[in-house]
Amino acid sequence: MPDFEVRNSSTLDDSYITRDAILDLHRRMVRCRFFEETAGKLNESGSMPGFLHLYVGQEAVASGVMSVLRDDDQITSTHRGHGHAVAKGAQFGPMFAELYGRTTGYCNGRGGSMHINDLSIGMLGANGIVGAGIPIAVGAAFAAKYRGTDAVAASFFGDGASNIGAFHEAANMAAIWELPALLVCENNGYAEFTAQSQHMKLENIAERGAAYGMPAVVVDGMDALAVRAVTMEAVDRARAGGGPTLIEAKTYRYFDHQGIKGMRILYRSPDEVEAWKARDAIGLIEAIAFERGLVTREEFEAIKAETRADIEAAVAFAEASPHPDPADILDNVYSV
Amino acid sequence: MATRQLTYVKAFNEAMHQLMESDPDVFLVGEDVAGYGGVFHMFDGLRDTFGDMRVKDTPISEQAIIGLGVGAAARGLRPVCDLMFMDFLGVCMDQVANQAAKMKYMYGGTVSVPLTITTAGGAGLSAAAQHSQSLEAWLAHIPGIKVVMPSNPYDAKGLTIAAVRDNNPVVIVLNKSLLGSKGDVPEEMYECEIGKAHIARAGTDATVIAIGRMVNEAHKAAEQLAEAGVSVEVIDPRSVSPLDTATLVESVKRTNRVLVVHEAVQFGGIGAEIAAQIQEEAFDYLDAPVLRIGAPFSPVPYSPVLEKAYVPDAAKIVGGVNKLLGRG
Repeated sequence: MPDFEVRNSSTLDDSYITRDAILDLHRRMVRCRFFEETAGKLNESGSMPGFLHLYVGQEAVASGVMSVLRDDDQITSTHRGHGHAVAKGAQFGPMFAELYGRTTGYCNGRGGSMHINDLSIGMLGANGIVGAGIPIAVGAAFAAKYRGTDAVAASFFGDGASNIGAFHEAANMAAIWELPALLVCENNGYAEFTAQSQHMKLENIAERGAAYGMPAVVVDGMDALAVRAVTMEAVDRARAGGGPTLIEAKTYRYFDHQGIKGMRILYRSPDEVEAWKARDAIGLIEAIAFERGLVTREEFEAIKAETRADIEAAVAFAEASPHPDPADILDNVYSV
Repeated sequence: MATRQLTYVKAFNEAMHQLMESDPDVFLVGEDVAGYGGVFHMFDGLRDTFGDMRVKDTPISEQAIIGLGVGAAARGLRPVCDLMFMDFLGVCMDQVANQAAKMKYMYGGTVSVPLTITTAGGAGLSAAAQHSQSLEAWLAHIPGIKVVMPSNPYDAKGLTIAAVRDNNPVVIVLNKSLLGSKGDVPEEMYECEIGKAHIARAGTDATVIAIGRMVNEAHKAAEQLAEAGVSVEVIDPRSVSPLDTATLVESVKRTNRVLVVHEAVQFGGIGAEIAAQIQEEAFDYLDAPVLRIGAPFSPVPYSPVLEKAYVPDAAKIVGGVNKLLGRG
C-alpha cells in the first residue's frame, strides 16, 4: 500500500503562510465555531427544534478548502454541514432562521439543519443521507466540464461515508471522466459512534484513491494552512483538466455525533479528546501567526468580537422571523 | 408535417434525437447507451449524431448515474439518465427518492431538478423476477417526482418530449413488451401533457382505467364486449403521478361502473389509490364496487406458462367488466 505522509504547514513555503491567508482562514474558522456553539446552546435550551450535528473541531477542513474556491465552484455537504455553509460564505441570519424553521431561512423552514443550501455561492446543499452528496457533486463537476468552464466541485464526506457505495461509484465515475472534482474526506475517526478501526481495515482512507486511479493526499485536518495548500494543488489540477483528487483530512469532532452534550466516554477516551483539543485548529493558526509576527492578538480578538455581534444580530433576526403558514405546506413540492 | 407509422422504440428514439437537436443542455448517460445504443436500441444513433460528451456510456453504477443527473440538473442542465431495467431502482433509490424528488422542497424552492430517468418495465419476455417488474407505485408514493407510462408509440414520443422539458424529475417507464408495437406518430415535436389522462376509447356502460401495456388489453377486451353489446370506455392515465383524478371521476359519473387494471402486483398497486379516490369523489354514482385487476402477490415467474397466467390480459378484463355489470 502507498505510504502517506500527513501534510502539515511546517513544510510549507513562506508564500503559503501569509497574513492575508491567516486572517481569511481564521475568520472562516471562528465564524464556523461560534455559529455552532450558539446553535448548540439554543438547541439544548429547547428554543430551537431538530437534530444538530455540530462541526466544532473540524473547522480547518471546510475553511482551508473554501478559502481556495470561488463562488461558481460548487460544494455538496453532509448532515454535519453548517461549517461548510458558513465557510463557503453563507449568512448567519438565514442560517439561524432555518434552524428555527422560519420563512426567512435558507429553506423557508422546509429543510432545517440538514438541508441548508445557498446556490448563489455554490453551496449545493447539506444532505441527510450519508454519502449521497458525492455523486451529486460529481454531477456538478460534470456540468462545469460540459459547459466548458473551469469551475470545480468539491464534496465533503466523512470516514463513515467512504464505506458506502455512493462514494465508490462516484469516485470511479469522476476518475474515468477526468471530472474537476475534489473528494474531501473529513476523517474524524468515527462513523457516528463507531471507531474507524471497527469499520475499515485501512489507516488512511486516501489509500482508496489508488483503486480509482485518482491522486490522493493525507493532510492534517487541524491545520488550515496545510488544508489550503493541498486544496490549491487539487484545484489547480482540476481546473487544468487533470481530473479529481481525493483529500483525506485527519480531524476530530469535539461534540457527540448529534447535539452538544459533549464527549461520551462510552466510545472515546478523555485522553484522546484532550490530545486533539491541544491541537485545536483556531489555536494552531493563532500560534503560527504570533510566532511569525504576522497578526496581533488584538486583530484576532476583533474578528471574534465582530463574529459575536453578527451572531447576536442573526439570532435576533431569526427569532423575530415568521413561522411558515400551514396553508403553504404544498409549496415547492414541484417546479412549474 | 407528416404522420407515419413508427414502432414504440423508434418513436422514443425520434423524441430523443429531436430533444438533443433542439436543446444543447440535454445529454444522455447510462449503461451501454452510447456505443451499443441501449440494450433495447432505444438510443441508436445518438452518440454518432451528438458526440461523446453528450451521450456517455457509464460504469454499472446506478447510484452514480442518477446522482450525476441530480447534480447536473441542479446546475441547470437537462440530463437523461437511463436505468436499463426498472428493477434496478432498488440500487439507486436513495438518489431517486431522497435526492431528486425532495431537493426542491427541502431546499425551500431554491433549485429545480429537471432530470429525466428512462427505464424499461413490465413482464412478458421470460426475464423473471428481477427484470420484469412494474414498480410505478414505489415512485408514485414519493412527492416531488412524476411518473409517466406510455402505452403506444404516439405517447412514447409525446410523453418523452414533455418529460425532458419538464422542470421536475420525471421517470419514463417504457414497457418492454410494447417496444415493437406500431402506431401513428407525427414527425414534428409535440408533447403529451403530463398529468392529463387520455380517453382512449369512448363508452357508456363501464370505465376501464388501464395503465401502460394494459391499455392495449383493455382495447381488445372492449372490442370483444362491444360484440356482446357492452360499451366500454377505456382511459389511459398516461401518468400515474400526477394522476388526473378529475378525468377518471368524470368518466365514472357517466358510466357508473369502473375497473382499474395494471400489470403491477395488485396489492398496494396504483389501482388501490385510484379506487380509493373514485369512491371518495363519486361514491353516489357507483352502481357496483370499484374492481381492480393486477398481478398476483408473487414475484414475476420465469416459465412462459406461469408468466402468461401472471400478467393480466383481455380475457381477465372481459371477466372483470362482466362482473361489474352482473353478467354471467
